[in-house]
Amino acid sequence: MLDKLNEIEKAALEDLSSITEQSALDAWRVSNVGRSSPLMQVFAGFGKLSKEEKPIVGAAANRVKVALESALEEKTQAVKNAALAKSLSEEKLDITLPGREVNIGRLHPANQQLRRVLAILAEMGFQVYTSREVETDEMNFQMLNFAPHHPAREMQDSFYVESEGREDNPILMRTHTSPGQIRAMREAVATNPQNPPPIRIALPGMCYRYEQITARSEIQFNQVEGLAVGEGITFADLKGTLTDFARRMFGKDARVRFRASYFPFTEPSAEVDVECFVCGGKGCQVCKNSGWLEILGCGMVHPNVLQNGGYDPKRYTGFAFGMGPERQLMLRNKINDIRYFWGNDLRFLEQF
Amino acid sequence: MKLPISWLKDFIDLDGITVEDIARKLTLAGLEVDEILYAGLAMPTYGAGEKHEFKTNGIAWDKEKIVVAEIREVKEHPNADKLTLLDLYDGQQEQVVLTGAPNIFHLKGTGKLPKPIKVAYAKEGATIYDGHADGLVLTTLKRAKIRGVDSYSMVCSEKELGITEEHEGIILLDDDAPVGMSLADHIGDAVLDISILPNMARNANVIGIARELAALTGRELKKPKIEFTTSGASVEDSVSIEITNSELNPRFVAGLIRGVEIKPSPYQIQRRLKLAGIRAINNIVDATNYAMIELGEPLHAFDYDVLKERAGEKKIKLITRPAQEGEELVTLDGEKRKLTSMNVLVCDEKSSLSLAGVMGGTESEVTQNTRNVLLEGAAWNFINIRRTAKQHNLPSEASFRFSRGVHPALAETGVKRGLQYMAAWAHGSIAPGLVDAYPLKPKDSVVEVTSKEVKRLLGIELTVEQIAELLSRLEFKCEITNHQLQVTAPAHRMDIDEGVVGLADVLEEVARSYGFDKIPTTTISDALPPQAGNPVHEWEEHLRDLLVAIGMQEVVTYRMTSPEREGRVITHGEYVRIANPIAPERSVLRQSLLAAVLEVAEKNVRAESIAMFEVGSIFEPVKNDLPNEPRKLAIVMTGARSASAWDVKAAPAFDFYDMKGRIELLLAGLRYTDIVYAQSESTYSLHPGKSAEVKINGQAVGVFGELHPLAKEKYEFGDAPVIVAEFDLEKLRTLNPSYGIIPVSEFPPMYEDIAIILDESVTASAVEALIRQTGGKTVTDVRLFDVYRDEKIGAGKKSLAYNLTYQAEKTLTDADAAVIRNKIVKRLENTIGAKLRR
Ligand SMILES: [Zn+2]
Repeated sequence: MLDKLNEIEKAALEDLSSITEQSALDAWRVSNVGRSSPLMQVFAGFGKLSKEEKPIVGAAANRVKVALESALEEKTQAVKNAALAKSLSEEKLDITLPGREVNIGRLHPANQQLRRVLAILAEMGFQVYTSREVETDEMNFQMLNFAPHHPAREMQDSFYVESEGREDNPILMRTHTSPGQIRAMREAVATNPQNPPPIRIALPGMCYRYEQITARSEIQFNQVEGLAVGEGITFADLKGTLTDFARRMFGKDARVRFRASYFPFTEPSAEVDVECFVCGGKGCQVCKNSGWLEILGCGMVHPNVLQNGGYDPKRYTGFAFGMGPERQLMLRNKINDIRYFWGNDLRFLEQF
Repeated sequence: MKLPISWLKDFIDLDGITVEDIARKLTLAGLEVDEILYAGLAMPTYGAGEKHEFKTNGIAWDKEKIVVAEIREVKEHPNADKLTLLDLYDGQQEQVVLTGAPNIFHLKGTGKLPKPIKVAYAKEGATIYDGHADGLVLTTLKRAKIRGVDSYSMVCSEKELGITEEHEGIILLDDDAPVGMSLADHIGDAVLDISILPNMARNANVIGIARELAALTGRELKKPKIEFTTSGASVEDSVSIEITNSELNPRFVAGLIRGVEIKPSPYQIQRRLKLAGIRAINNIVDATNYAMIELGEPLHAFDYDVLKERAGEKKIKLITRPAQEGEELVTLDGEKRKLTSMNVLVCDEKSSLSLAGVMGGTESEVTQNTRNVLLEGAAWNFINIRRTAKQHNLPSEASFRFSRGVHPALAETGVKRGLQYMAAWAHGSIAPGLVDAYPLKPKDSVVEVTSKEVKRLLGIELTVEQIAELLSRLEFKCEITNHQLQVTAPAHRMDIDEGVVGLADVLEEVARSYGFDKIPTTTISDALPPQAGNPVHEWEEHLRDLLVAIGMQEVVTYRMTSPEREGRVITHGEYVRIANPIAPERSVLRQSLLAAVLEVAEKNVRAESIAMFEVGSIFEPVKNDLPNEPRKLAIVMTGARSASAWDVKAAPAFDFYDMKGRIELLLAGLRYTDIVYAQSESTYSLHPGKSAEVKINGQAVGVFGELHPLAKEKYEFGDAPVIVAEFDLEKLRTLNPSYGIIPVSEFPPMYEDIAIILDESVTASAVEALIRQTGGKTVTDVRLFDVYRDEKIGAGKKSLAYNLTYQAEKTLTDADAAVIRNKIVKRLENTIGAKLRR
């Protein structure tokens, strides 16, 4: 009997050794450790054995069963590993084929830039103030210290809106967001006429100038202005605030300079140049070899403007500044044609 | 304005300051230098990694190779008629130089010249511009044989040396030019092209810039010495002036010079004028222009004898008056000008002579035969001149200055300076005195300045003495009494007011003179204002984020459009019209945001998939008042629902339900719950069966649907349907949202599918409402997953299949579910005649 068991074991292991596939393993399992296998027949014939044989044959049969089962397990793993190795070596993708596209949404680049600007200003305490796009001459010019026929009006050729009987105060498309300065000041004064509260606002929005549409000029553009009014706000504060802003916007090492300039609604007025971030100030096409990029106009709020807003210029001072988000993007991304912005070609928009 | 550095040096010592330093100082002080044009002086060289500061053009003259020389004889060329050979001395040796210059050709063969001619001589190896090339092309002189004669050097034209574009003849230097001297040392120059800001008109002249530089460098301003001798009868004996409107003409000054000889000005003068952008005409006209560029006062020269003849036996009387409507004048340019009452004329008793401040008339202009000159210097109203110059399209150096304001004090200085130059260049004798009508003398502004005010506005600590020092450099008169500083504006400034505005005007000058770069940078110490936020702006930004999150590309479009463009999709009403449109297709302000976004979609029609939106204003007219500017959201979708790929065939096209799904997400994101989709009429051309109105809390807030086939035909869209939506943001924003969140249950939900057959006429929303009503709060979700029709179900019938979710605060059993399901089925049977499909 023991010989028979040894034979069964030997034959089974011999069979097993040549197997390479899972299906053959399944068949081997049935014929070698299945219910009707020779080994199981030995267990089935157990009752016919003598009392002395039983423990000996029993132990031997169990040993063979365990041996076959563990051999099977080992072989199964080996077959699996071989199959896996085979499939891994065969399932090779062309990793250079393009990935699948996903259609996603994006903000318009001009609004992305507006958000960047407004986010920085918000952290500096400037809250968003929005106002209308169609304005009166009074709000757009007169209240901002542009006298009628003032030469500065030529810097801002306007689109006028048809209306009758308003020769003294025609309706026009705002040429800057500055009328909002007057509106904001007057609203603040209304809350406390004796002691108007300080103001720190950012005024974003679309503005309009009568220009031919070319690569360099547009009939509409976004502007963000800032306005701070209070007791004891100085030109030095203006310099500090805008230097901080420039560093946030253009990098912590950005060098800025303040160049005297002219705007009717501020005095003193200045242009702020930032060291060209394209060439690092060495001179390039973008900065027209000057090493500087003009990014902001600013100044101390003109006494007439404070007065028109309801703030006594003898008690209050303030500063204002303005910038163009589209221009900033053009400089930053070397965009050479401003018409891209309102052209809305998806091939442009999708790059932002 | 174009400013030659050599001219500037007449009035300020600039030794040791480079051209770039000057340009930088001026730029920072508000006189922005746009470009530096080198015409002889050494140009800065930049190594790799070195900073450029200014746009630079032009040419530097080699000091060894380009020198002053003299022509001693002009000889014939043996083989060429049109060429001559020059006997020339360059200070070291005699040379024979070939030239074809026409302006010395007449001297050919006349033998040794009685007086040598001084010229600009470029030796072999010198780099100059090629005179014959188009534009400016550098060339280096090499030895060559021209018509059998050796040529290795040349006498230069202005173009060849980069002074002007002129190449008709060679430069004829002044007689006192020192032979052998490097030309760069003699007339080498650099020209600053300076942008003049509207409030800096006072600096649009050489003295003005020199004064600024004096303030910026602390060096002395060398004021011009205006001195001359006079002879003969006084001008007052023969000329009088009448001003009819002193507002329009505050001052009129005239001087007389007799016996002038009209000829070209000295070359130095011509060269400076040309570099400043002014044509050189003759010594008299040049003197008026030269004095204007120098001092800022435009002058006008009359032929005195013409005036005298017109006056007959009488004394000349000049009258300034507004023109009559329709009056005519032939101006210097030969144009017959039709005038309006806005224009001011200088006349004599016979008729008009010139268009005041803008352009002279032909009859009395200075000609080759002029012997006696009456020189006018006046002050005009700047608004008037501005309008006149614009009306007649006559921008000139004079109108540029007058239309920005020239102080009347300059009229007298200007005339004297002009006479001085005429006497120097045309050998005339100046008549004693001036006629001077000065009916409207401006008051010199006086402003009190304190250290406290300087500190309050500029944030710097200065003593009154320091403030006075800064202002004195700009010629403000400063008086200090008891630590009080009283400042009087100088008599060339029209831009300094009094009172609180005057103070700001003066403090600006303190800041500029002090240097913006020296003012410290500080942070605001004043209190922060009350924090209020901007709920409307914030809500719109949130809306944008939601739209982007559901795959929408934002666009921003023009506000200006035309009724025709919008008419393709909307029945429009009255428009806000632009009075001066840039083009007919931008003649009105948009009434439809959707029309604008549709145009963008049309332009992008080649894109595989379009899903775009804009948030912005439209404009509704209010008669003779400001328009309303309601805010809108417009969405356009067309093309493939998702992107294709190399192994994915084109996805189905966007349809009504793609838009509806996004609108549902959007409204859920805005936390609205009571939403009804209803059939509606719209001013938009939408497909009647594939469009809906959106109502929230019972209020209509927007429409969406497929573009009407007839409207779509008017665009160049492809086959795919175009799905659009527009919402009124004012209405949408002011609705009450619900911020309640349904808690997530700990107990497992049960899912069950039911399918029912019912009449086509019953809407899905009615079925869903019944299911929800009947199931109560246990039915937490009702999801339609199939709509099916076929013959077996029967004509006029459809099958709707729902996936229901049951959820309770316990674990539901099959029996619990059965009870709810049976209730629902029975209700559907009884109410809408639905049959359970098995
Ligand atoms: Zn650069």
